[in-house]
Amino acid sequence: MNIFDLTIHELKDKLAAGELTAAEIKAAFSDRIAEVDPQVKSYLTVTDELSEKQLANYDSAKEAALAGIPIAVKDNMSTDGITTTCASKMLENYRPPYNATVVEKLNQAGAVIMGKTNMDEFAMGSSTENSAFFNTHNPWNLNHAPGGSSGGSAAAVAAGECAAALGSDTGGSIRQPASYCGVVGLKPTYGLVSRYGLVAFASSLDQIGPITKDVEDTAILMNVIAGHDEKDSTSVKREKEDYTAYLKEDVSQLKIGIPAEYFELDFDQEVKDSVLAAVEKLKEAGATVETVHMTDAAYALAAYYVIAPAEASSNLARYDGVRYGLRSEETADVTTMFTNTRYQGFGDEVKRRIMIGTYALSSGYYDAYYLKAQKARTLIKDDFDRIFNDFDLIITPTAPNTAIELGSKSDPLEMYYTDIFTVPINIAGVPAMSIPCGFDSNEMPIGLQLIGPHFGEGKIIQAAYTLEKLLALKNKRAEL
Amino acid sequence: MIDKKDVEYAAGLAQLKLTESEKEKYTEQIGQILNYVDKLGELDTEGVVPTAYTVPMKNVLREDKVTESLPREKTLANAPDQKDGQFRTPKIMSD
Repeated sequence: MNIFDLTIHELKDKLAAGELTAAEIKAAFSDRIAEVDPQVKSYLTVTDELSEKQLANYDSAKEAALAGIPIAVKDNMSTDGITTTCASKMLENYRPPYNATVVEKLNQAGAVIMGKTNMDEFAMGSSTENSAFFNTHNPWNLNHAPGGSSGGSAAAVAAGECAAALGSDTGGSIRQPASYCGVVGLKPTYGLVSRYGLVAFASSLDQIGPITKDVEDTAILMNVIAGHDEKDSTSVKREKEDYTAYLKEDVSQLKIGIPAEYFELDFDQEVKDSVLAAVEKLKEAGATVETVHMTDAAYALAAYYVIAPAEASSNLARYDGVRYGLRSEETADVTTMFTNTRYQGFGDEVKRRIMIGTYALSSGYYDAYYLKAQKARTLIKDDFDRIFNDFDLIITPTAPNTAIELGSKSDPLEMYYTDIFTVPINIAGVPAMSIPCGFDSNEMPIGLQLIGPHFGEGKIIQAAYTLEKLLALKNKRAEL
Repeated sequence: MIDKKDVEYAAGLAQLKLTESEKEKYTEQIGQILNYVDKLGELDTEGVVPTAYTVPMKNVLREDKVTESLPREKTLANAPDQKDGQFRTPKIMSD
């Protein structure tokens, strides 16, 4: 296997055994970026200066969890002095004056940050085609989208342009691209990972998480990034867990629910068959599997498309051309400057969501839309709580399809529908992971979603680790 | 149903300039999206308490003490326009 194909734990083993040096690893991944990024286009910025500096610190950080490991970071996480664009013209030249907490944690763990990855503008989208700069291509087939919004992070992992990456997930933005790119992606429980320094999209839904080549790497990265942060008032105070303790091949004690209403939806038969075949394997391995009944996921999608735009319209009010970001040349008076700055700085999808959110929050419509959606949110959350009283995990497909062709979907609602299985999880605030479970007839990866109760990451990791061994797909890489 | 006037009103609230063709496009698209969202009306939410955050917590307080903050120079470094250590905007009051 090539160095760039190796996982975090494999690289760590080779470093420990003296088979590779940190400099060799860094060079292998830098070469890989130079070789394939012109086609894949995962990175908005390759942070050479930063990665060289971090590499130079290797000897003093040797014992740290990610010492010498090349990691990519989605471009909505603040990096001190390094452009953080959110793939928006609004922030094209923005250099944050501080690091996001997760970036600090990567630094402390000795990681080598290779670059900032492409995404849908302000994380609004499901294909990374809403980037204001360029499209990212799916490493399994360059004519296809990598999914989104963390498409650059997922593509970078799948293409061997980093060992692992961080993404953010508001309605599926880690799991859906992980599914489309054949890698592992975890959206942790809301509040488990600090959002300090993550450019806000929808604050009650946003969560940072890992995108990795296998489940073990997810556990390693979660050990680094999880934990309370006083700089994020929504971050949860709880005892630190060692997620690697759940890397056990055992599902005999697990009771898994299969939501009938989700599988009855009209979606890709190959995806459905592949997910159910994987569930069968878990059953053979000793898991108890039963059908459960849940509220139609369509209500969660409807609630999401009120709550997320409403919060976004409020969060994005800060882009006014005063303190940072773009300022329009039209400066006759302050209102002209505001409206022109926002007109020039935001792309189509961002404007659409600001408009929906503003409308849904406006006087006379607040009760009908926002309040109604928040009440629906209670019902959806209660639904998950009810099932998790009896079950350890729920399994669904991650997405209703495999990666779409670039440019094939232009209708917003049609695009939103690709998030049908992932959105309910953010609405309920529970954790969920996408892991590869097969390939369709076009050799595009299929993802399976494991959902757990609040702070049930351990159970998810254990089941996913077992399933990964049963399916034996994890060493399959995209050929570029 | 949403019409062009509603779109213009929302754009005004959001301090967003829109072209005529954008207004028409958004009127149609936002209409379709809100039409989908109307599905929520099928849910009986009588007496249901709304959820804002899924993890129960409120009044997160910290000690009221002065800590280090970002230096002014660094904070102003991204400003499109600045003067005397402050952000400068176009005129806010009309003549």
